[in-house]
Amino acid sequence: MSIRTEQPWVRRALIAAALVCLALFILLPLFVVFFNALNKGVEVYFRSLNDPDTFSAIRLTVITALVAVPLNLIFGVAASWAIAKFDFWGKNFLTTLIDLPLSVSPVISGLIFVLLFGAQGAFGPWLMEHGIKIIFAPPAIILATIFITFPMVARELIPVMKAQGSEEEEAAMTLGASGFQTFWRVTLPNIKWGLLYGVILCNARAMGEFGAVSVVSGHIRGQTNTLPLHIEILYNEYNFTAAFAAASLLAMLALVTLVLKSMIEFKYRAELSARDGSVGAFAGVAAGKMENHS
Amino acid sequence: MSIEVKQITKIFGTFKALDDVSLKVETGELIALLGPSGSGKTTLLRIIAGLETADAGEILFHGEDAKEKQTKDRSVGFVFQHYALFRHMTVFENIAFGLRVKPKSFRPSEQQIKEKVHELLKLVQLEWVASRYPSQLSGGQRQRIALARALAIEPKVLLLDEPFGSLDANVRKELRQWLRRFHDNLHITSLFVTHDQEEALEVADKIVVMNAGKIEQIGTPEEVYHKPVSAFVLNFLGNVNLFHARVEEGKLSVGTAPGVQEPAAKIKSAKMYVRPHQLSVTREPLSVNSVKVVLVFINPAGSSVKIEACAQDGNNFQVEITQDEYKALNLAKNDEVYLTPKKITYSEYEI
Repeated sequence: MSIRTEQPWVRRALIAAALVCLALFILLPLFVVFFNALNKGVEVYFRSLNDPDTFSAIRLTVITALVAVPLNLIFGVAASWAIAKFDFWGKNFLTTLIDLPLSVSPVISGLIFVLLFGAQGAFGPWLMEHGIKIIFAPPAIILATIFITFPMVARELIPVMKAQGSEEEEAAMTLGASGFQTFWRVTLPNIKWGLLYGVILCNARAMGEFGAVSVVSGHIRGQTNTLPLHIEILYNEYNFTAAFAAASLLAMLALVTLVLKSMIEFKYRAELSARDGSVGAFAGVAAGKMENHS
Repeated sequence: MSIEVKQITKIFGTFKALDDVSLKVETGELIALLGPSGSGKTTLLRIIAGLETADAGEILFHGEDAKEKQTKDRSVGFVFQHYALFRHMTVFENIAFGLRVKPKSFRPSEQQIKEKVHELLKLVQLEWVASRYPSQLSGGQRQRIALARALAIEPKVLLLDEPFGSLDANVRKELRQWLRRFHDNLHITSLFVTHDQEEALEVADKIVVMNAGKIEQIGTPEEVYHKPVSAFVLNFLGNVNLFHARVEEGKLSVGTAPGVQEPAAKIKSAKMYVRPHQLSVTREPLSVNSVKVVLVFINPAGSSVKIEACAQDGNNFQVEITQDEYKALNLAKNDEVYLTPKKITYSEYEI
């Protein structure tokens, strides 16, 4: 039982304040998106979605996520493995560096790539000579997205891996397991829920990123527009129904993400209690048996 | 398999964990590495297992240099203080792990794995927990499963890092007797780390006493207990009383009695260490070495009676006498009695 020290009215006031904020800033906007999208009927909604430029925006968004998420998954696992299990020179610096994309404005993140690969950028002339187009083309969008979603997986995994220590890995090694076997059979199963959680967050961010992508995209319709950029263009053209219809897709992505996240948390807790929950019940029996056996 | 440690040095930053340590473990021996925390005993064990690398020196496994061998190829069974069981696997899978990760050509069949695991579970007397998860076991059970898991790969050497360190006193006692019997049956070369002298004295064939990264003494339990080579070993293996002996006017005197004895050599003073059970308690002085003390505390609970006494110069003594002696003397708190060393375990002279 929890200990309650506050007066009942304080509790109720705090809960009410939290609920009002939630309704005002989260539920209301979500409702507005779906309301505006479906305002002129379901038929108009689907017709406005059924547009080649919208399709192309969805396709680019999906491709971007399909490249960025697996890459950041590999990077995130490698980085958190290194940071959590080993001591090396520059470890703190690496940890800080991983957080950099979160602390820098997305516009700056985009500008970095323009400065590197743009026509006037460091590698610009060389790229132009070889006919490689990065800025104002899908490669820049993918690069910017990778940069932005860089920390998502690693940040989820580092605390999990740190908490677990490296004793189990050491035990696996003494039992003759190779590095890969140790990772695959011992480390990965221990971090799988944290990993999945990180991947889902990473995916949500990759699909929803606006700022950095906007700087490097060039906003060429049907070619370099991702879904968030496409929504902005539609909105600026006063094409509200189409804008909100596209926005509803992203909102649905958010909802799916939330549901998946809760499901993972639920499953994880269920697995934990399957493993640990019966400790109390077993302990008595176990103690009794132990005496008999030894 | 024998293990030879040759002049191993290991430094963590500015801390010298091991300083020129050499040690030989013969095949089939059960050796205890005993020392306070920070004495380097766990580091030594980890270096033997290949979990750490030494900064200098070499490790020989059966006469062969093990430096190039990775942990996974050393064929050592390692039992961790906190068990390190794979928490996402059942007990069965934990024990089977070492067999399943073998290269394909050496990997036993599923049936063979099953037989081997059950054989090991039988050996550690826990056949009925095969399908449980580690978190559903008690500490003592987990430690036995950890041992079974380590034995699955048929290691040539068994290394145990504070194997009973995180267990209750009762389970601890039971499990260490069990380990002793277990070793007597299997005869696998074993090293275990402990900071508990009682554990080391009871279980090991040989004790390696370590302090500040160095080996103080290697010997049988009897040797290290009765013939310690340094004050540290003496102090670490059980309680001890210190007698300051002075040489005044050419005569050696202990405690309060006037000196009558000629010192054996030309010395200024001496420190003499005596174990609590090697002091006689009498109402009258027995010899010139008797020290007059006042009894401060008497604890008659237990197989022997433990007494704390205080001399006039403020020196404190711990004494152990038998229940019979205690009754015969009819001792009470604040009584004045004489303590006489029956045997001096160790002495240090200042010349």
